[in-house]
Amino acid sequence: MKELFIMFLSFFKIGAFTFGGGYAMIPLIEREVVDNRKWISKEEFTDILVIAQSFPGAMPVNSSLFIGYKLGGIIGAVMAILGVILPSFLIIIVIALFFSQFRENPIVDNIFKGISGAVPVLVLLAVKGLSKSVNKNIINLLIVVISICAITIFDVHPIIIIFLSAIYGIFLSERMES
Amino acid sequence: MNTILKLYMCFFKIGVFGYGGGYAMLPLIQREVVTKNAWLTTTEFLDIIGISQMTPGPISINTATFVGYKISGFWGSVFATLGVVSFSFILVSIATHYILKFKDSNVLKSALTGMRPALIGLIFSAFLSLSKQSYIDIKSIIIGGFILLMSLKTKIHPILTIVIAGGMGTLFYGIM
Repeated sequence: MKELFIMFLSFFKIGAFTFGGGYAMIPLIEREVVDNRKWISKEEFTDILVIAQSFPGAMPVNSSLFIGYKLGGIIGAVMAILGVILPSFLIIIVIALFFSQFRENPIVDNIFKGISGAVPVLVLLAVKGLSKSVNKNIINLLIVVISICAITIFDVHPIIIIFLSAIYGIFLSERMES
Repeated sequence: MNTILKLYMCFFKIGVFGYGGGYAMLPLIQREVVTKNAWLTTTEFLDIIGISQMTPGPISINTATFVGYKISGFWGSVFATLGVVSFSFILVSIATHYILKFKDSNVLKSALTGMRPALIGLIFSAFLSLSKQSYIDIKSIIIGGFILLMSLKTKIHPILTIVIAGGMGTLFYGIM
């Protein structure tokens, strides 16, 4: 039970400092659940993100559910998801209640401008962290490059890329076995 | 039908079809909330999106909470938020159960082997598009460069980098 409460607090912290959407949160989750708490390994973490990405819903929500379920079954999943959504929920309620001019506030605006300079860096650090659990070979590099081109140039939906790469993985391993 | 129940159902649906997370969900939310149910005007909706992007947390959760609150107060926000995560919760719980059971299966292992580099490509693409939005002047580039350098050279906690970046924003845009 104590373990689950610690997990709730970890995810609360993650939820409270997730700016700029899911990917910017990856280094934070990694620091908490892999480096600090050692609940899962680096490789498992990458796999959880891959799986979270292939399900509908927000990436932070899905990955927290996976980690929570793995650590404490259904109750673990409930604690993890509550942890990750509660900060957003409380902050939004407070803003909706008191600060109708929140967006126009110049101090808030300046802080946000600063934070938005850090968000891409956090996403880049996520790439750096995750690439440690991928073999460095020409085929993997090719998959990375093709995915980037497909999304940035041809505007392909990410789920199609995830799906095709899974098919490719399964096909390749069967060919290697036979 | 009761508005709160309707809100729940509506955000449940958004959760089901919301592949690709926050930004992919926004057009869906807009269609449900503005076009179909006329709960909010487009301007109100855009204001909500603006605030949801500025505040911490997943954008889909922030938007659901805010829209729910605007439409029917506290309980509206509770049920809209629960609605948007319900499907993920059910699906991911079932999936995790089986994934943990079959984690040594070759099909799952090889699918993941193919998906890992693709995920890196996806995230790198997000980095590119976020950079295009964020690095619009010399000040933001300095902030980004400083945060990057600090993260690579020290073991600084990511939360601290957010705090420092916010401080640098106040300094660069407010005072200097």
